[in-house]
Amino acid sequence: MINKGGKVLLEVKNLKAEVDGVEILKGVDLTVRAGEVHAIMGVNGSGKSTFSKVLAGHPDYTVTGGTATFEGKELFSLAAEERARAGLFLAFQYPVEIPGVSNSALLRLAYNTLQNERGLEELDPLEFEDLVHEKIKVVEMDPSFLDRSVNEGFSGGEKKRNEILQMAILEPKLAILDETDSGLDIDALRIVANGVNSLLTADNAVVMVTHYQRLLNYIVPDYVHVMDAGRIVRTGGKELALELEARGYDWVRAAA
Amino acid sequence: MLTKEQCFEQLLLGKAVKADGWLESIRVEALESAKALNFPSERHDDWRFTDLSPLFQHGFQPVTSFVRLTLADIENYLIPGSTRLVFVDGCFDAGLSDLAQAGAGVTVKSLVECFGDPQVEAQFARNLSFKQDAFAALNTHFFEDGAFVHVSSENVTGEAVAPIHVLHVATKRETPSAIYHRCLVVMESNSRATVVEDYAGLNGGIYFSNAVTEVVLKDHAQLQHVRVQREEKSAFHIGHCSVKSGRGSVYAATSLAFGARVSRHTQHVMQLGEGAEIRLNGLALIAGRQIADTHTRIDHAVPGGKSVQLHKCIADGAAHAVFSGKVIVHPGAKGTDSAQSSRNLLLSGKARIDTQPQLEIFNDDVSCKHGATVGQIDADALFFLKSRGLSEERARNLLTHAFAGEIIARIPVPSLVESLSRAILEERMKENA
Repeated sequence: MINKGGKVLLEVKNLKAEVDGVEILKGVDLTVRAGEVHAIMGVNGSGKSTFSKVLAGHPDYTVTGGTATFEGKELFSLAAEERARAGLFLAFQYPVEIPGVSNSALLRLAYNTLQNERGLEELDPLEFEDLVHEKIKVVEMDPSFLDRSVNEGFSGGEKKRNEILQMAILEPKLAILDETDSGLDIDALRIVANGVNSLLTADNAVVMVTHYQRLLNYIVPDYVHVMDAGRIVRTGGKELALELEARGYDWVRAAA
Repeated sequence: MLTKEQCFEQLLLGKAVKADGWLESIRVEALESAKALNFPSERHDDWRFTDLSPLFQHGFQPVTSFVRLTLADIENYLIPGSTRLVFVDGCFDAGLSDLAQAGAGVTVKSLVECFGDPQVEAQFARNLSFKQDAFAALNTHFFEDGAFVHVSSENVTGEAVAPIHVLHVATKRETPSAIYHRCLVVMESNSRATVVEDYAGLNGGIYFSNAVTEVVLKDHAQLQHVRVQREEKSAFHIGHCSVKSGRGSVYAATSLAFGARVSRHTQHVMQLGEGAEIRLNGLALIAGRQIADTHTRIDHAVPGGKSVQLHKCIADGAAHAVFSGKVIVHPGAKGTDSAQSSRNLLLSGKARIDTQPQLEIFNDDVSCKHGATVGQIDADALFFLKSRGLSEERARNLLTHAFAGEIIARIPVPSLVESLSRAILEERMKENA
């Protein structure tokens, strides 16, 4: 929902960032309020994935200018883990496989780390099992995936569902979904989208980074931003996504 | 501080127990070998990566008094449901041992009780190249007692048999002590067993553990052999394991090195029967100024042998891990199938790992492959874990633990897998604290 009077979760101003000395982000502005769903679209290489990684604190990217605040806190003064504990979540485009670390052990470790941060009780393995079996329904995942190593041998769709399961467990205030729709067949896309929708509340927000309009049929955005050459060059409502689907990106880029 | 020569002289001052007949002649011969061989020089090809100088600084005294421990003292090391032999500073402790679980056809005893046994006479020190190694020679001369495990052909039920746990604990003494451990395992045809050798220290202290193990697998015998070296960080550990594997036998070993200031494990497996299978899993996980050296050698002497080896080294701080793994396929060993892999993780810029997988093939008609990798913590995995709220330390520990876990999980004793996993994670936390 568009929430003009809502609490500002993320405020990015004139953000510039580079990787290996090459400037990718050239002045990005974005404001996300509680309750809102944003989509950032753009062609490959426009900087949209870089934007999500910079917000999450990926070490390969260097912020060279601008500011970002998360609930009023300086985002770039926080380490990646501190951003996560503050309630920022990144669903990865390419979730990493971690042989030897069980999915359930990781989920519990992450959950309890956040519980600690919030001054709440940690859950023991049995209590956590109850929680995770409840949450796993959100992504219609078989509980046997909990005992397997993180993402090891998972299909593309299973990996993406696993990302959303982590989101369901960690209950972030702001979730950034980086190309979560890529590599998903239509059934997996529906499941992932239903999962995300069920987690949306008036107090949290989602930023979807995507190439295609397809995902937006399932998770309906309040705002659609078009990123090009490291800047957001146009912002509109959900109809902008349909227009992009019909007309491509060239007209927006030409107008920018 | 002693010189290398003084350290050696001091070890020779140990008192060997007087024995009779065949054993006495072996002991005498061993002493001659030890004197002739002396400590390896830095130029010795098998020792050139391993700096033994911290060991040579001490004058290790023979253990002359017996320390009485209670079960509570060794509680952390117990494996529930196992047959247990406990040695304290190399001396058998019947009170701490528990032989009630040993099944039919399984003999688990202290060696001194068994020197009259023709099986012992036939196999003891026959299998071991103490003529080539001063440490094994010293052990053969000075050992006081050890473990004898004999599994007869009656015992073919396998998995149902309780694991045999040979636990060696070292106590803290006023002066550095020289401790000798000895173990002989004889597996009769078609028998099956799991043997866990466990070397641990209590309450710190400087001591020198010198361990020798001999294993004989007769035709179609199967042994799961676990070795856990978790000595005190101030201690020294030099171990030898020599294995003869008969026709159609399966020898599966998982050897772990966590402790000691300087440790070395030399393992030599000889495939003497056709179609024998050899599996060697190894892990060295060290930090600080620790040195851990693993030297393995597999000899495929006859046709149809199979060997699979995976060795991992993880070195943090300024630690130095060494792996040298030799596979030799002799003329006539047709159809040998061998795969060897050395995978290594460097956790710090000051740590060092030397790895040398070596294949020597004197034969066509074989399938042999080997490889080695050395890497650091995966940056993408680290970022992923941090993005889920885990601290840098926690994330690194988790990934290190996972890398080690692949080997630990191969131990066929679930309670030991669990207790070692937990101990490692806690230890890693301490290292980083």
